[in-house]
Amino acid sequence: MSEPNTPSRLIVTGDSILKLPRHIKLRHDSGRGRWIILAPERVFEPDETSVEVLKLCDGERTVGAISAALAEQYQAPVDVITADVIDMLQDLADKGVLKS
Amino acid sequence: MSDTIQETKTGEFSADVDLSCARAPVGLLAELTHRCPLQCPYCSNPVELERVNTELSTEDWKRVMREAGELGILQIHLSGGEPTARRDLEEIVEEAAKAGLYTNLITAGVLLKRERLEKLRDLGLDHVQLSIQDVDAENANRIASYKGGAEKKHEVTKWVRELDMPLTINAPIHRQNIDNLPAIIDYAVKVGAGRLEVAHIQYYAWALKNRAALMPTKEAFMKTAEIVNEAKERLKGILVIDFVVPDYYAKYPKPCMGGWGRGIINVTPSGKVLPCHAAESLPGLEFDNVRDRSLSDIWLKGQAFEKYRGTDWMKEPCKSCPRKEIDFGGCRCQAFALTGDAANTDPACSLSPMHEEWAQVATEESHTETPEFIFRRMGSTPANAG
Repeated sequence: MSEPNTPSRLIVTGDSILKLPRHIKLRHDSGRGRWIILAPERVFEPDETSVEVLKLCDGERTVGAISAALAEQYQAPVDVITADVIDMLQDLADKGVLKS
Repeated sequence: MSDTIQETKTGEFSADVDLSCARAPVGLLAELTHRCPLQCPYCSNPVELERVNTELSTEDWKRVMREAGELGILQIHLSGGEPTARRDLEEIVEEAAKAGLYTNLITAGVLLKRERLEKLRDLGLDHVQLSIQDVDAENANRIASYKGGAEKKHEVTKWVRELDMPLTINAPIHRQNIDNLPAIIDYAVKVGAGRLEVAHIQYYAWALKNRAALMPTKEAFMKTAEIVNEAKERLKGILVIDFVVPDYYAKYPKPCMGGWGRGIINVTPSGKVLPCHAAESLPGLEFDNVRDRSLSDIWLKGQAFEKYRGTDWMKEPCKSCPRKEIDFGGCRCQAFALTGDAANTDPACSLSPMHEEWAQVATEESHTETPEFIFRRMGSTPANAG
């Protein structure tokens, strides 16, 4: 989508459909008993909730749909969850960990 | 199988698994060769280079990759010299990827061909880090002492994009390219890099020989900090910028290697395992070789790793310093080079008794007329050019 000559910031909204680029790897680090995101010269350690959200970023579901599913699962207000999820994903997108 | 899974699941602090893993390095710097077609005056390789006939074999490197994966290392930085000078790079990358390592190629790019890059990608190469000497091609080629280098590197950036691989541009900054920093940032965006390293030269090894020709003034350095901060904000979500400062102008030393024997392990072309790539400049250290001992054994018990690991080796002012686990007393190699004792505080620290005198050197040298570079000529006389 984004061409080399016109890069722009990915702004996460409820309608965004996100996935991890091929070079970003979410995997379980069994030696240290934690989930990690491997990125160029970086290792991120997402918390449990973030891992759950990231696993749902499959390039098909919208952020809104992911949030709604989580809101139901945790019996929490959907607007609160959606705002939290968008904040978290925006932060990761700014670190180059997500693409649309 | 299911028994094994049960066991590992419950072994939260079991001595044979987690003690080693909890202390395992996250990154391995694999210096595949010291050979390099460029002659950069700030080369970070040791002054004494290892020769091609001492280099590890393909099988050795493949074993190192497997051992790294088993040890719990997460990322492997394939570096040099110029790593693409090794004809077996493909096999090493393939083995690293198989071992679950995140593979990063740190290259000058000038020896690469598109087909080879594509092959490396297909074998599992995750990321390319390409160095540039400047955006001004003429100046860049003068600094690297390599005709047509800048043009070739530009071509490589295109291939990386076409092959849909992530790209980091690494730009070493010094007084002979510092004014072009804004253009370097624009260039990184233009070629589609996701990450840029704005790396002020670190004055060890060969760079120390050229310090006066490289050292920017404090004012010029401060300006780069401003430019980077502004660019980081403006390019949020487009370009990640990492900024490495020259510690001559810092108040506190940098936590060299993130702490000695703490997160990074380095293997030289001949298989010596070092806590940092300059560690051979220190006296009294014994370096084990991957030909003789396993990587994990060396990491956990090797004399060179134990020597300055943690904080027990420290003297004052480090010993009672509240920052001792933040910066670990700075760089051991710099402490030794300038004070004669590697256990002293790095003179980069404002608490070092040598700090004032040392920082003054940077001020003086950066204001003198720029001397000629002493280029790093490769091949026949690697150690005698200075």
